[in-house]
Amino acid sequence: MSLELKKITKRVGADVTIYETSLVLEEGSFNTLLGPTLAGKTTLMQLMAGLDRPTSGEIWFRGTNVTGVPVQKRNVSMVYQQFINYPNFTVFENIASPLRVAGLDAGEITRRVGQAAELLRLSPMLQRRPNELSGGQQQRTAIARAIVKDSDIILLDEPLANLDYKLREELRDELPKFFADRNCIVVYATTEPTEALLFSGNTATLSAGRVTQFGPTADIYRRPVDLVSARVFSDPPINTAAVTKRGGEVIIGDAIRLPVGAAATGIPDGDYIIGIRPHHIRPQARNGVAASIEGTVLIAELSGSESALHVELNGQTWVSQSHGIHPFKVGSRAKLYVDMDHAFFFDADGRLVVGGG
Amino acid sequence: MAKIILRDLRHTYVASPRIDADWALKKFTLEWADGGAYALLGPSGCGKTTLLNLISGLLTPTEGRILFDGRDVTGASPEERNIAQVFQFPVIYDTMTVYDNLAFPLRNRRVSAREVDDRVREVATMLELDSMLKHRAAGLTADGKQKISLGRGLVRSDVNVIMFDEPLTVIDPHLKWVLRSKLKELHQRIRRTMIYVTHDQTEALTFADQVVVMKDGEIVQIGTPVELFERPSHTFVGHFIGSPGMNVLPCEVRGGRAMFAGETIETANGVSYRGEGKGVEIGVRPEFITFAAEGVPVDVTKVLDAGRYRIVETMTQAGHTIKLLVPEDERIPEGGARLRFAPERTQIYENGWMVT
Repeated sequence: MSLELKKITKRVGADVTIYETSLVLEEGSFNTLLGPTLAGKTTLMQLMAGLDRPTSGEIWFRGTNVTGVPVQKRNVSMVYQQFINYPNFTVFENIASPLRVAGLDAGEITRRVGQAAELLRLSPMLQRRPNELSGGQQQRTAIARAIVKDSDIILLDEPLANLDYKLREELRDELPKFFADRNCIVVYATTEPTEALLFSGNTATLSAGRVTQFGPTADIYRRPVDLVSARVFSDPPINTAAVTKRGGEVIIGDAIRLPVGAAATGIPDGDYIIGIRPHHIRPQARNGVAASIEGTVLIAELSGSESALHVELNGQTWVSQSHGIHPFKVGSRAKLYVDMDHAFFFDADGRLVVGGG
Repeated sequence: MAKIILRDLRHTYVASPRIDADWALKKFTLEWADGGAYALLGPSGCGKTTLLNLISGLLTPTEGRILFDGRDVTGASPEERNIAQVFQFPVIYDTMTVYDNLAFPLRNRRVSAREVDDRVREVATMLELDSMLKHRAAGLTADGKQKISLGRGLVRSDVNVIMFDEPLTVIDPHLKWVLRSKLKELHQRIRRTMIYVTHDQTEALTFADQVVVMKDGEIVQIGTPVELFERPSHTFVGHFIGSPGMNVLPCEVRGGRAMFAGETIETANGVSYRGEGKGVEIGVRPEFITFAAEGVPVDVTKVLDAGRYRIVETMTQAGHTIKLLVPEDERIPEGGARLRFAPERTQIYENGWMVT
């Protein structure tokens, strides 16, 4: 039993917003749509929900063609990045509203609202109205309303984007637990690779209206089929460079020579594009990684427990990400160790030749 | 430019405060060096905006003194304090050109036309606004307008301090990191005292030499980004900064040694402990825990693959969850395992505060 998109497309006037897409989402699965702003995530969700009709192709649910069946006639919930609540209802009534529509008895409503409120840390606020809540609490109310009823499909469109990061961290941890014992299909849109990874489940990478790859999240992350998918699934951005492989070396421009690395020793000599994720370029040597590049620090950014460095070398910027706090001064020189064993090699068309990690 | 001293400062919005919670800002003393880059970091409601308003003169403190270079400005108006401020949302004149917007704070103070031109062009170059100087501000995106606001804050060379109140809120995420580093670079170049208020740890740590972490009207730590990470002086700092946050575990301390889950835990500050053993906890970040042959016995309960590392959740027999980070190439034991806490990065806390 599943939701199937069969060769659907969406055009708006002359513009194609979704290129031909076929996907099968199984019941009980958690699926992340990962892509930058305007990649087509929201459009795809609206098509899945029945809020919009595909230009061509069909949508099937549990073996029935539901193409063109409007959202009202389907058991679907959706949460948007911009939260929407009923201003005159209390938090309790906001969360309870879909259950009242469904005609559940009072005891069941109280139980389910209580459970959703507990998960979203709203229990002390159930008698308040939305305008008495912070932005984060209002968004949590909207999420609670979407998950409180037994929808067949729950679509969450960047629901945590407007919350502060500690709360995001907690909810990211707890949301999947809430769906774990249900049979619904969850679809979660995000721009953040880390979010997709931590939800595990399946991921579809999206770019410019195309689903470039779909499958178990860790596989998609470790084996992108092409450069586009690798780019979508890397934040900070994946480092790329046009290289010539000759024997045991890759040569970048005239000056930089790096060892080929374990994964790519067997491929023929020639021109490739390599991709190296930022955490495989580090300011400290580790695991016997000896290859290094040296450049000028353009940007040094510290998050709570990680450091990102942007280093310029021969007109190209290399991005490094490492654990811990490593302050570097902008304008100073930095030596970075490049872990070539984890490099991806793409051909001239951007298709993956070899590499993983 | 000025050295700023906040002495025995305390503030309340309540007419006759009785209990501790009536104070929006609890008593503290703080000294900020001339030319430093500081951040006030904390969740909403922690008192950081109150503190900012006290420094700018929008509020007068209930108690205490504020000194700029030794001069008492406690009762002085915002104008008298000579401060530049950049707010959350752009404050600009839509009908004026970008150039005139940037020139406004200078012309207002009768700076000569030549100097105005020099300063405006310098600031425009730093913020990459050069090509837009002749455009009307009304036509710009929210990002562009906020850049003008930043420029207006930076254009005067005679201010005592430049204050930023959540200045990147309206900036698109993919531009945020560019501006974050840009502000740091600007500070390194012009070396004026800057105070940056935010609830975003990345903005605070990237910008500031010293970060002031606040919670419930109280300063819980003042430190460099490295200090906040390696030696959080309050369990709140350990939790709030870093992802995932610090593990905080109840323990006993006997003769300078911490006991947890039947094991002796070596800590950096155990020898300093002189307390009664109440409300004592061990704090250790997930990055400073490793699997080992000896140590705290746990069961591995969950492994989250974050790509560049795994977040491993474990549980002790008593039901305490301990998280650790494991690099992508390292093996994770199944079922039972033992954990080692790096002694130099493991601290004892009493009632939330690091024992010193």
